[in-house]
Amino acid sequence: MNNGGIRVAVLRMEGTNCEEESLNSMKNVGANSEYVHIRDLINGKKNIHDYHMLFFPGGFSGGDYVRAGAIFASMIKGPLLREIVKFIEDEKVVLGVCNGFQVLVELGLLPGIGGVMSEKPQAVLAPNISNRFECRWVYVKIEENNCKFIKYKKGDLISLPIAHAEGRFMLPLDREEEYLQDMIHKKQIVMRYADSSGNYSGYPWNPNGSIYNIAGICNEIGNVFGLMPHPERAFFRYQHPEFTINGGKNYGKNVFEGIMEYLNKKF
Amino acid sequence: MIKLKITIGYKEGVEDPEGLAVKNSLKLLNFGNVNSVKVLKVYEILIEDTEDAKKEAEEMCDRLLVNPVIHDYRIEMERV
Repeated sequence: MNNGGIRVAVLRMEGTNCEEESLNSMKNVGANSEYVHIRDLINGKKNIHDYHMLFFPGGFSGGDYVRAGAIFASMIKGPLLREIVKFIEDEKVVLGVCNGFQVLVELGLLPGIGGVMSEKPQAVLAPNISNRFECRWVYVKIEENNCKFIKYKKGDLISLPIAHAEGRFMLPLDREEEYLQDMIHKKQIVMRYADSSGNYSGYPWNPNGSIYNIAGICNEIGNVFGLMPHPERAFFRYQHPEFTINGGKNYGKNVFEGIMEYLNKKF
Repeated sequence: MIKLKITIGYKEGVEDPEGLAVKNSLKLLNFGNVNSVKVLKVYEILIEDTEDAKKEAEEMCDRLLVNPVIHDYRIEMERV
């Protein structure tokens, strides 16, 4: 075990607002995590390769102007692109939650069809089909996936909170079927929205209208994972809405424990 | 100076939830003739007068303003 030595950078910039629970989630599973402002990576004050995990937290980075995640992604695209690609090739972990997922998609790191990073985005998290900010708990079902650190098994049904206005996962209409089949074939789809019985259902169970009920995906290597639900807000049982009824569940903790197990084995 | 006017909208076939909400609201206000509403975003950008202005505008779209998965865009230029 090398818990103290696993270093996690929780990336922040103007408008990110889930840093605290993100940092604590990794801290509580034994990682040495710290806040890192994106400008400190850009101007060389801090080095991306000193860390084992980059955590893109939720929030409204860049005020969600242009598109959610687009401004954060554009800050990284120029100066840090090569470094991030190397980081991923080294099989370290990149996690993007909610706004962080949007950043990873805008960067071309997810779904990453045909390579670690695509020159242009291959997908988008478009405005919810309901045209509302959806803020509630949802059920997601775990798929057979190649993510290196998801411990849940295929078919497991868990509940996690969501809070987003732009979460509708879409692929280019003219290549939708091709990309989707490719992602299914390579086991990149990690979790899908479902109803309380585990059936893949429409709204409100699928809260944003995502194609194929997609809630979270990983890249081909399996070390970049992005999801719209917030596992860091489901770390303790008392955060679960049924805590006072039946003691609740801490489904999110498992994700961070899995990351820690993977990183400890690998580094 | 050149004024770039970049208009961004959804590609044909991509659903526009905001447009649909506006359409429904107009219907509720008894604008019965409304068939569809598209919401577009317009950026007006002033840049120095150069021969590459159009190319620069396209790069702006590529690198930040547009996600080609769902967006189409149109660039207009005017000397001001």
